[in-house]
Amino acid sequence: MSTISRDEVAHLARLARLEVTESELDSFADQLDVILDSMKSLSEVDTDGVEPTSQSVPLINVFREDQPHTSLERDDVLAGAPDTAEDRFRVPQILSEEE
Amino acid sequence: MSERIIDKTAAELADDIRDGKLTSVEVTQAFLDRIAEVDDTVGAFLTLDAEGALKAAAEVDTALGAGERLSPLAGVPIAVKDLFVTKGLRTTASSKILEDWIPPYDGTIVSRLRQAGLPILGKTNLDEFAMGSSTEYSAFGATKNPWDTDRIPGGSGGGSAAAVSARMAPIALGTDTGGSIRQPGAVTGTFGGKPTYGSNSRYGVVAFSSSLDTPGPVSRNALDGALLNEIISGHDERDSTSIPQDVRPVAEGARTGATGDLDGVTLGVVKEFADGSAQGAEAGVLEAYQAGVEQLIKLGATVKEISVPHFRYALPTYYLIAPSEASSNLARYDSVRYGLRAGDDGKHSLEQVMSLTREAGFGPEVKRRIMLGTYALSAGYIDQFYGQAQKVRTLIKRDFDAAFEQVDALISPTTPFVAFPFGSRTADPYQMYLSDLYTIPSNLYGGPAVSVPTGLSEGMPVGLQVMGPVMRDEVCYRIAAALETTQSPLLADTVPEIEE
Repeated sequence: MSTISRDEVAHLARLARLEVTESELDSFADQLDVILDSMKSLSEVDTDGVEPTSQSVPLINVFREDQPHTSLERDDVLAGAPDTAEDRFRVPQILSEEE
Repeated sequence: MSERIIDKTAAELADDIRDGKLTSVEVTQAFLDRIAEVDDTVGAFLTLDAEGALKAAAEVDTALGAGERLSPLAGVPIAVKDLFVTKGLRTTASSKILEDWIPPYDGTIVSRLRQAGLPILGKTNLDEFAMGSSTEYSAFGATKNPWDTDRIPGGSGGGSAAAVSARMAPIALGTDTGGSIRQPGAVTGTFGGKPTYGSNSRYGVVAFSSSLDTPGPVSRNALDGALLNEIISGHDERDSTSIPQDVRPVAEGARTGATGDLDGVTLGVVKEFADGSAQGAEAGVLEAYQAGVEQLIKLGATVKEISVPHFRYALPTYYLIAPSEASSNLARYDSVRYGLRAGDDGKHSLEQVMSLTREAGFGPEVKRRIMLGTYALSAGYIDQFYGQAQKVRTLIKRDFDAAFEQVDALISPTTPFVAFPFGSRTADPYQMYLSDLYTIPSNLYGGPAVSVPTGLSEGMPVGLQVMGPVMRDEVCYRIAAALETTQSPLLADTVPEIEE
């Protein structure tokens, strides 16, 4: 039995903000199924009482002196943007006609 | 015939520049000439910066002429994987989504290279966002293995490894998330070093998997790699995962190893790694690896078998954690602040433009991993997949901690197979993922690991991997340099014939 359905792949694509073609849905469903199936072995490991490791080294909160310093120039930052207007990033409309 | 400039190691070039036998401009120009000669065939570089490199080289020559004391590799040119952010120099991560991005800043490691006087020749090819094991997943075409141009150069850092192997750069920068420095090193006959996670800053490295990504050196031998690593290592307050400790003395480790004496060193062969047949390792790779083990024993090392019981879970653990972190990191490519924008024709909403942009900008492997990560992190599955993988990571880490209480370092083949022909594994992603079978564990436990060329199989290079305890990088360099003393000439000194 498949681990992941075609509909679930379509749902994942929406969550991940990826437009996916019909043929991609088929190929991703097949490939993700094989990959996820290979990962089922993890469920056989007894991890009761085991703490998760999110980082291999212990993390400590890092503070610096509360002093102002220079940051990137606005023009330099905006130079990499796909579109700008009035010293800001310009984006397409946020609300659709119905909204 | 006198030795060509491009055949010298980075350490030799640095000595010659410091002693006035060569100028940095001469050296840099020699490598630029070599790039012009062979890179149309190999395809290691995505972007060249001849003007910037020669300018930096001239500045080093001027400083040396004025008697200034500079870094141990001052004047030696370097190739940089196109995952490192370089001010004013195109940085693509081999993705269409960043095809024309010119960064407004340098990452920490690039800043350190510039301060140390290493001219940057250009940016090298990789699998898109470092996701891959063959450099076939670059949006700008595959790099070829200089040893056989019908075969892959490894991945994701195939461009950096091929550049060093083909003498287009004496040293290069790479990043290693699951083996992306060591695996290309093994299949191109070069040295690749993954430092302890957190000892090299990730600030200004395009993020793939934040708890695993580790910048490190690619070179011809252990000493060159060590010299480069000492320049780029050290605490960085701009990276919250940077370890606040001193740079490891890896060059000293390499020099100690170069005496060829391993008396008193105990090496562990991982029982589960050694069962190569079960993991699909090629016989020729195992033979070359075994020959390397015998050489290490002749140098005085003691070898014992060590069990790492959770090794078999390393691959699935990695392929849940890395895509999960990637799906989060790649959310920043949203068509707003930098990079590509598609569908902005007045007919689509912002959300639609984001989706159309990401569809147009990401390649198949990146999409696959984003989907996998989104699945593993989604409600209903996060405990079953991502949470369980994090707990198994704890068990793998405990296994390695226990192993290093018994031995100084662990050894294994670097890869299960030699460089494979283009296209032979792209149809089956899981088969491709097996390329990193032996390299993934050190990323999960966070320790250092290096790959050193140990022999040939089918005429193609084979690497031997040395894994060390966290923050004991110098141990790996010592053992790697000792193994190099058993080769005459050094495998990495062989210049492959590059066939068009």
